[in-house]
Amino acid sequence: MIPMPRPIFQKYVAPIRAEDYPIGTVAESGVLLSGSADWRRERPVFNADLCTGCLKCYLACPDGAVVREGKKVVLDERFCKGCGICAVECRLKAIRMAAERE
Amino acid sequence: MNGGSVPSRRRFLSGNDAVAEGVRLARPHVIAAYPITPQTTVVERLADMVSDGRLSTEYMYVESEHSALSALIGASAVGARTFTASSSQGLLYMAECLHYASGGRFPIVMMNANRSVALPWNILGDQRDSLSLLDSGWIQSYALDAQEALDLTLQAFAVAEHPEVLTPVMVNLDGFVLTHTYEAVDVPPTELADEFLPPFVTANRMDLDRPKSLGFVAGAADNTEFKYLQHVGVLNAAGVIADAEAKFNRIFGRKGGGLAEAYLCDDAEYILITLGSVAGTVRSVVDDLRAAGRRVGLLRLRYLRPFPGKEIAASIGRAKAVGVLEKDISFGHEGAVYTNVLSALARGGNAPPSLNFVAGLGGRDISRADIKGMFDILSDEESPRRFDSPVRFIGLRGAKAGLA
Amino acid sequence: MSGSSKTPISPRSLPEEEFFIGHKACAGCGGSLAVRLALKVTGPRSLVAVPAGCMSAVGFLYPQMSFSCNAIISTFAGTASMLSGMAAGARALGWRDVKVVGFAGDGGTADIGLQALSGAIDRRERILYICYDNEGYMNTGVQKSGLTPPGARTTTTPVGSTMRGSSGPKKNMFEIVAANGIAYAATASVGYPQDYLDKVARAASVDGTAYIQVLSPCPTGWGVPSHETTRIAREAVDCGLWVLGEYADGKHILNRDPGTFAPAAEHLRTQGRFKHLTDEDVARVERDRDEQWKKIRDHWLR
Repeated sequence: MIPMPRPIFQKYVAPIRAEDYPIGTVAESGVLLSGSADWRRERPVFNADLCTGCLKCYLACPDGAVVREGKKVVLDERFCKGCGICAVECRLKAIRMAAERE
Repeated sequence: MNGGSVPSRRRFLSGNDAVAEGVRLARPHVIAAYPITPQTTVVERLADMVSDGRLSTEYMYVESEHSALSALIGASAVGARTFTASSSQGLLYMAECLHYASGGRFPIVMMNANRSVALPWNILGDQRDSLSLLDSGWIQSYALDAQEALDLTLQAFAVAEHPEVLTPVMVNLDGFVLTHTYEAVDVPPTELADEFLPPFVTANRMDLDRPKSLGFVAGAADNTEFKYLQHVGVLNAAGVIADAEAKFNRIFGRKGGGLAEAYLCDDAEYILITLGSVAGTVRSVVDDLRAAGRRVGLLRLRYLRPFPGKEIAASIGRAKAVGVLEKDISFGHEGAVYTNVLSALARGGNAPPSLNFVAGLGGRDISRADIKGMFDILSDEESPRRFDSPVRFIGLRGAKAGLA
Repeated sequence: MSGSSKTPISPRSLPEEEFFIGHKACAGCGGSLAVRLALKVTGPRSLVAVPAGCMSAVGFLYPQMSFSCNAIISTFAGTASMLSGMAAGARALGWRDVKVVGFAGDGGTADIGLQALSGAIDRRERILYICYDNEGYMNTGVQKSGLTPPGARTTTTPVGSTMRGSSGPKKNMFEIVAANGIAYAATASVGYPQDYLDKVARAASVDGTAYIQVLSPCPTGWGVPSHETTRIAREAVDCGLWVLGEYADGKHILNRDPGTFAPAAEHLRTQGRFKHLTDEDVARVERDRDEQWKKIRDHWLR
């Protein structure tokens, strides 16, 4: 389970007519149509037994894909690009990078 | 002049002073400007007004014109009413931001003191600065005198901020000739100005309850639509300007001239089309020539964007020849105003022979004799067709009768 | 904003909400990490400006908007002036408790945006300006900026027979803004996130202009694997090539003295942009570093 509040992807229907576009370059903030999961070749696998909840991985994730849950963390796969920073940051080796298809 | 029921105050003001009074009446939230001759007295007067409490505004001392307009884009993006003023090199230094402001639909109002563009250096008036930015997406107006400078400035906020327009406006005054010339100006009271100009309300801004992202990237899939809507916004200004002038007349008892103002054009055989303060001299010459029995007229362009194409086509009527007098040249072609006028005439389907009079460059005086000379050459049946090029540099040294 | 409270910033106290997410930055992007962390501190009432550059290119692709707070792309040269105008507009409209925050890269800050930044500092604007320093024009394909360090290979400072990477020194933006009389300035590193978060909190509550320059490695431009971003940013501090300092109340403060430095050669040569450096080149880098540190240790407060 991914704790809320987390972004929800929205469906975008392109306007039929030019007049349906905004007047000015103005749009709702935080409107997401897609994440970046399809970029990933490796994914972090969290070992909850080894995790002490130090949150170093949470502070190091450029994509906000590491989510605090209780005293530990979970991955919001939708945003993980598989960069591997979290695994490097984890001193307890509670995170390992595994091939995406594993 | 003063048909309004409330007595107005007539004051002896320069064109720049009049602009400052118009700005004061509009109560902008934020003013940011960088000094440049001959715009300076606008920002000086505004500073005076802030310092003695007549104007309550955030007056920003910015470090460049680029920063002035960038700052106002930021202020407009939170929903503030904004004003800046510039000229010449300064206007061109902020050129990137002009496109930015119009594309983002930020209804900033700017006064531009029309001035020559270097090189050679020259601080006097011509129109090559603003005319080189006709394509920047701004509405452009050109004032005849100090009174009109005040009126156009106050009206500029109403036009720019109108939801169907939402486009920045540049009010142009001929450098020195208008910016620094004093005349009696009716300065309306603030209560009437408040009645004329509603508060600025827009959805094109940041919002603390529903946060917005502005100034975004729109790729090939959507870009055309944004640009189309920008075009529509400027086109819509024509109707909004007419409405604003009608409301202005109701409240202040002073009529506007629309996008273009025709003077004795109905039966005119020869018409001079021009813009800015020189139109006053042309009008006076037209009166003299009319008294001598010559059928001449003046068409004064008050706005160049939106372009008064229909008004031009309609005013030309039965003219045998028209001339376009402008303080500009697009090197290797012709004056920008002339090009625009020709396109309107062509679309009107009845384009008479025409000439382009390039005059007043670097502040050179345009005399009554020069203007009479223009009508003479237009009246010369052979002349408009006789030359390969329609461009005439007025007063060019060595040229016969002052006409190249 | 949350930073004004006296509660110390901790990873647990940060808000759940992500204010910069779903962006299309490269994997392991240090700049996007710097943005994400800072906004966790300045919070939902942040008014953000980012100039043309990586963060705007990856965060505002209509209709996908990756900032969840108010945000705008500024003119490239106008980050600080647009922030100033936003602050002025917010003041004039009576908006309270907003945080006006800018994120510009090193080129947008030290080169094209320096005039506007200086003007804002001069006016004592209440804005927070964060320079995510990845030491080059990365968005346009890794060209040299005024903050590219000496020796670094970029696409405009290649390594060949007559040129061996960037030749000029790295402009000292921290000292420039300090000399400009700024209210608060700090250097930080995404490799030391706690230190960075604390500085953002301090900067956000200062009465005047605040500037933070945060070392934000760009794996793409630096030639390192994407997982190296934070480690290499930490290592830069540990080998003395990046100083964690502050300038406040007219005083320079050193936040972290590594004592003995980790070896610079290894740190540099793991980066593709420095692979060509000779032992002599590395020795020069170390000499420059030692000179800088002598001044710092002599004059800065601990």
